[in-house]
Amino acid sequence: MAATITAPAYRIIPIIPALKPGAMENVRSFVANDKIQEAIGFPGKLVDDWHDRAIARMGELLSKYRSLKVYMDACVHCGACSDKCHYFIGTQDPKNMPVARQDLMRSVYRRYFTLPGKLFPKLVGARDLTREVLDEWYTYFYQCSECRRCSVFCPYGIDTAEVTMAAREILDSVGYGQKYSNEIIGKVHKIGNNLGLPGPALLDTLQGLEEDVKEATGVDVRFPVDVKGAEVLLITPSADFFAEPHIDSLIGYAKVFHATGTSWTLSSMASEAGNFGMFIGNYEQMRKIAMRIRAAALELGVKRIVIGECGHAWRVAYSFLNTLTGAGDGADANDRFAMLLQKQLDQRYKQPMHICEFTWDMIEQGALSFDKAANDKHIITFHDSCNVARGSRMGDFAGGQFEIPRNIIKAVANNFVEMAPNTTREQTFCCGGGGGLLTDDLLELRVKGALPRMEVLQRVVDEHKVNFMATICAICKAQFTKIMPIYGFDRRMIGGVHQLVSNAIILGDKQ
Amino acid sequence: MSTLFALLFYLAFALFALGFGYRIYVYARTPAPLKIPTTPAPISTGGVVLRMAREVVFFESLFKANLWTWGLGWLFHASLILVLLRHLRYFIEPVWGWVAFVQPFGMYAGITMLLGLAGLWARRLFVERIRYISTPSDHLMLVLLMAIAVSGLSMKFVAHTDVVAVKSFFLGLMHFDWQPLPAHFGLYLHLLLVAVLLLIFPVSKLLHAPGVFFSPSRNQADNPREKRHLAAWAAKLENEA
Repeated sequence: MAATITAPAYRIIPIIPALKPGAMENVRSFVANDKIQEAIGFPGKLVDDWHDRAIARMGELLSKYRSLKVYMDACVHCGACSDKCHYFIGTQDPKNMPVARQDLMRSVYRRYFTLPGKLFPKLVGARDLTREVLDEWYTYFYQCSECRRCSVFCPYGIDTAEVTMAAREILDSVGYGQKYSNEIIGKVHKIGNNLGLPGPALLDTLQGLEEDVKEATGVDVRFPVDVKGAEVLLITPSADFFAEPHIDSLIGYAKVFHATGTSWTLSSMASEAGNFGMFIGNYEQMRKIAMRIRAAALELGVKRIVIGECGHAWRVAYSFLNTLTGAGDGADANDRFAMLLQKQLDQRYKQPMHICEFTWDMIEQGALSFDKAANDKHIITFHDSCNVARGSRMGDFAGGQFEIPRNIIKAVANNFVEMAPNTTREQTFCCGGGGGLLTDDLLELRVKGALPRMEVLQRVVDEHKVNFMATICAICKAQFTKIMPIYGFDRRMIGGVHQLVSNAIILGDKQ
Repeated sequence: MSTLFALLFYLAFALFALGFGYRIYVYARTPAPLKIPTTPAPISTGGVVLRMAREVVFFESLFKANLWTWGLGWLFHASLILVLLRHLRYFIEPVWGWVAFVQPFGMYAGITMLLGLAGLWARRLFVERIRYISTPSDHLMLVLLMAIAVSGLSMKFVAHTDVVAVKSFFLGLMHFDWQPLPAHFGLYLHLLLVAVLLLIFPVSKLLHAPGVFFSPSRNQADNPREKRHLAAWAAKLENEA
């Protein structure tokens, strides 16, 4: 199947595409089997009374999430978002317009929870929750990468990601889950990371890395695991341990820690930064996965938590970790739960901290030196990852998540070029594989969803000979490595910011 | 007829006030368990107030999204405000100075409001994507607002009504001292449609007006690391662990 998927043609002028109704109605990711479902506490298969349970769950979510409640009511169908989704641009399926995707749920909301929808369903576009509607939910709510681009443009800030998460949560609660996401959540609990890499294999891999780096640089850069009393606990996406090009960024982190004399450790228990609990909109799962980080931090007695290059992991860590585990500051003094962790962590630093914040801080302090010429073979552009751009921050000012990675690139390399401004920073396009869609059964969607990013990349390649697109997300890296060859690019064009750091960093004693 | 309209307006206003109040109560009561501002977001409360002000006054996000929709939408809303302020004179005696000042602008705003609405409707009818997402109620809402504008303007430019009597009718409603309403087709139509608008407000997409203030992606400060944000139902999970 993969061989038959070709890249859609670039638009000559990036006009808004005409609608092709039903274009993606048959592209569905695999449904989770009973084993996968039950392992994380969901019904094994679609329950008999799914209709009533789905409506009940929806009512519950409406009372627990102000976002969902307000977003269901406030939309005026103005169409501001209608041409903003990369999946709509790439597929032309009208149900991939953010407003239409939301309306898949809003129509049901109106039917069961509003007076006009109960009295005059046709008039207000309300519909019964039938089996067809439920299937449609599954299809199209697993064609959203929860990237929040639509929410930037909505006059009420309606965030389709919130609606998608609610829909997936409802589907899971009636036994209609997605194989890819739910299987991964099972692995995190059972083995410790999304890729199912067991502890001994991890140790082996890291030992091999130490040897590789020694061979390449002649320096003993260490990759410690489960070291009690280390200063920094690094939580990074498990793809960093062996996937290309992710691993080159892991080497970059290790070199930064080495060069600054920072004692650090990985955790075999929490060997995963990713948190797929967010993708499926399940608070309990998200909290449970986040709690591993808290447990690892307490067990290892570290002073700081640093997160590696991963988009949604950084959103969860930055925006939610304090809420979920009390890792940051400002908890109630009676909250014993949070106090324990807060007493141990060094509150002179932001908790948790992004690896880019750490590295930039060290660069500003003059603790690192670079041979920028080592990156001269690269003409670099930067792809803002959606969850970092629109769901988090770095540094002390709004927009630090854009400046800090760019500052690092400019500090370690000489050639940096920006892509078109309406496709970067807060307006960045998702890579096409985020939000639980990075699975081969959705390859067609992933290829088409990458279209808007590939178009603007092509432009800087043509105009400035760009040959390296840096990013700070494991999913972006994996997605681009897979789909860029389909668009005719070299897969090695994609890499991490710390891969560039790794190329240029000068190890050994600083004079 | 006067009695009928008096009762209609009492009912419409009561349901509007109750429905609107109830919605705000529900929005305020529903917790927002996670920090989800669309970033980059202000890091202080003061910044959030500014962001919200830009959103509500200038439609900042819509401006970024689509200039046509922004222009037409802003024209309509700004005109509507002027028109509403102009109508204040029917409910206060003596008329405040600034309301008198707004009066001439309010007249022209009636026309620009109609233009804005017509433009928005044209967009809904002729742009394929917008037509696709429109429900019958979306069209009817625009028709309703345009009919209100046309019937109102007709009393200015086509067939005048006795505005002094209209004012005493509404002052009478407010003081429970009922006065007759002039028998005038345009006026009847105008008032009837306004009552309909009041009635459907709390159960329709017009809830975007209060909704925007409660939207977590716009009204939250970006300070999750500085301050722990915990909903009551989420805090309960901690006791179970």
